[in-house]
This record gives sequence, structure tokens and C-alpha cells, in this order.
Amino acid sequence: MGEGELKLLGMWASPYVIRVRIVLNQKGLKYEYFEEDLTNKSELLLKCNPIHKKVPVLIHNDRPICESSVILQYIDEAWSESGPSVLPTDPYEHAMARFWAVYIDDKMRSTLLGILGATTEEAKAVKITEAMSMLELLEEAFKKCSKGKPFFGGDTIGFLDVTLGSSLTWFKTIENLSEQKLLDETKFPELVEWAERFLSADCAKEVMPEVQKIEEYITVLKARSAAAAVASSK
Amino acid sequence: MVPNSEVRLFGMWASPAVWRVEWALKMKGIEFEYIEEDVSDKSSSLLMYNPINKQVPVLVHNGKPIVESLVILEYIDETWNDKPILPVDSYERAKARFWATFVDVKCREAARKSFFGEGEERENGIENLEIQLKALDEELEGKKFFAGNSIGYTDLVVGWMAFWLGVAEEAGDFKAVNSSKFPFFTAWIENFLQDPLIKNNLPPRDKTVEFFRLFRQAGSCAKANVK
Repeated sequence: MGEGELKLLGMWASPYVIRVRIVLNQKGLKYEYFEEDLTNKSELLLKCNPIHKKVPVLIHNDRPICESSVILQYIDEAWSESGPSVLPTDPYEHAMARFWAVYIDDKMRSTLLGILGATTEEAKAVKITEAMSMLELLEEAFKKCSKGKPFFGGDTIGFLDVTLGSSLTWFKTIENLSEQKLLDETKFPELVEWAERFLSADCAKEVMPEVQKIEEYITVLKARSAAAAVASSK
Repeated sequence: MVPNSEVRLFGMWASPAVWRVEWALKMKGIEFEYIEEDVSDKSSSLLMYNPINKQVPVLVHNGKPIVESLVILEYIDETWNDKPILPVDSYERAKARFWATFVDVKCREAARKSFFGEGEERENGIENLEIQLKALDEELEGKKFFAGNSIGYTDLVVGWMAFWLGVAEEAGDFKAVNSSKFPFFTAWIENFLQDPLIKNNLPPRDKTVEFFRLFRQAGSCAKANVK
């Protein structure tokens, strides 16, 4: 079923793109990667994702698939014979994985960006408390989903592993910049060990960005938004 | 058929997310017990089954809870896998899921701004809704339903826009749906609401409009209190 030409439009720092690349690697799928400049989007991106104009976009035999969670499910279904399953095959475990993925995507981005963008210590403290509550829930979720195995997905990296794992570099970067340990091994021992296993996995290693590069990128983003604020106030 | 199956649905009569689960259950002919929740005074059962979001809908199948309406729909389709709701082809499934995220994230946000917002925020909401309706209208060209000749997953997930968007327009005093700008979408609304599955499975319109009117007033009061 799953044969033919694969292209991926992406951006190196985006966790949504990273998670798709990890799964493509895990499935042993070859693809042509196109790095997008999000300040100057390509014709191909605008044609393939006219509604959102966002990455990632997977193009399979010239047909585009958009939205990272939709792409991951597509890869799982179209290449069900290649490599391990991305999503659990049991419908209930599948539902659990998708629920936690929704939770992570809802909370993670706003909490991490909230810590980064907080202008007062009080505001930062509120966001840090939010992050800690989220990690507590995820520590419990890990125990339930993994059932003693190395990953949320069991023996191999799965949907929930990549959903959470793709943000690990951002996590580390924000810990450094805010001088606040979030993934604390005394509070979240299972998650910390899981993170180490995830980051050393072959399929993840080469696509996870470096902390320093993300720090530089954050500086660029802050400068850009400051410039935009100045421009719009004139 | 799933033998010895106990299915319970925790819901709230006005909630579109709850109704889409009911539509799916009825489409599949699955028997279930419905429990109406008072969302201002949530039951201990609801809080036990959904401690994280504390929201409806919650589907409980043989004692195991599933939350988030889109997750519930896929669970239902996988567990009772005769009469599939989602398309069979992987690419068509990807398109259906794409539209689900589109209406549940983008359109809902625009509708929220149009309904609760004032001034520039409201205008921005309505403008975005119109762009989104155009995209949905184009998708429907040449089709009776999103899924083709009969209702499918995409119709069920966009379904809130067939009824609740009109309710929000009336209760919130704004207009986005326009039959000359969006002829296919307007025709789809008619077809969807007339379908026997949907026609007999909607909350009473007047009561829903009134509920949303009060909901909007409460929203404005809350904003005023925050200032």
C-alpha cells in the first residue's frame, strides 16, 4: 500500500516536524526533506497547505497531508507492514494515546511559551506551577501506558513518545533560560529516564536540534517580535 | 457487534460535542445509557471518569472512560467496526481528520470571538469565519455531504456548524453564514439537518438559543468582573 515518492516540508526547530521525521526514520522510510524559511514560505508549501500555510506537510505521490497528528496516523495506516506500529492497536490504548497527545499539545506549548514570555516573577511562577502539574500527570500517564516497558508505546517509540519527546530540546532550553529545573529526576524519575532513552534512540538522535541552536533561534524570534511591535506602534 | 457491552455516555443537552457522539452511537445502532450532567454541579462519577478536564462528553465502555469527542468517535469506529464512519482509504481518512481539526480549532475559535467578542475582536472573528466557510464551501462543491452521498465522519464533526453556528448567530446577534457567498455550505446545512439521523437528534432550538443568550451574558459579566 505504502509505496512511492515521499517529500516532507519542514522546519528544523519545530517539534511538530521533528515528530514526523522520527516516525519516518523508525519506519525506515526514505523521503526528500525541504527546509522551509517560515518568513518566506515556498510556493510548494502554499500550494499544499493553502488553509494553514504551516509545516509539517507530508507529500506522498504528490498528495499533501497536513497537521502532524494526521500525518502520523496516515504513516501508521499506509505503512502498517513496515516497522513497529506508531499507535497502539488496541482501540482503548489507542484512545488513551490520542487523549494524552491532545493534552500535551494543548498544554505544552502555552506553558513553555508562558514561562519564556513572562514579564514578572509572579507570572513566571504561575506558569512553572502549571508545568509541574502537567509533568506530574505525565509521570503517572507514563507508568500506565508503558506498563513497565521503556516507552509510552511499549517496546518501541510510539505516537505519544514522539508527541512529548519532540519538545525535549525546547524543554531543556527553557530550563536554561529561566534557570528553573522542570524535568527534575527527584520528582519525575520515570520521565527523566524515559527522556534519556528517547534522546539516545537512533530514529530520534539525528533530528533532535541542539539546545544552543534553539537558544539562538529564540533570540531571533524575540528580536523579530520586538521589531514588529515597534513597527505596528508607529 | 461487541457482545456483553455496557456503554454509558455522560453529556449535557446543549453541547455540540456530546451530540456528535450521540449521532455516531445511533448511526452504528449501539445501545447506550445517557446520563445528563449538571455542569455547574458535576457528579462524582464524571469527576472520577474525567479528572483532568472534568468535561463532557465522556464515553464509558465496560467501565473504561474515553474523553475528547474526536477521540471518542474514532474509538467507536474501531471498536464497532461494521458500518464504518471514517473512510476506508488512508488518504481520505487523513483528509477527514484534517477537516476535524480545522473546524474544532480554527472555526471554533473564530465563532467564539464572533459570539463573545466586541468591537475589533468580534469583527476579526467574523472575518475569519467567512474565510473558513469559503474553504468548507469549496470542499463541498459537487457533493451532497462531505462524505459523498450519505453522512460520514466529516459531516458529524462539522455538524455543530449546521445547528449551533446558527444558534450562536441568533443569540450573539451576528451573521457569517450567507447563502449567496457559500451556496454549497448552505445547501449542506439543509441536507444535514433534514437527514433522519440528525433531524430527530437535536436539542430544541428555542431552548438552545435562550441557553446561549444567557451563556453570553454570563461571559460578559465575567469579563466585566475581571477588569
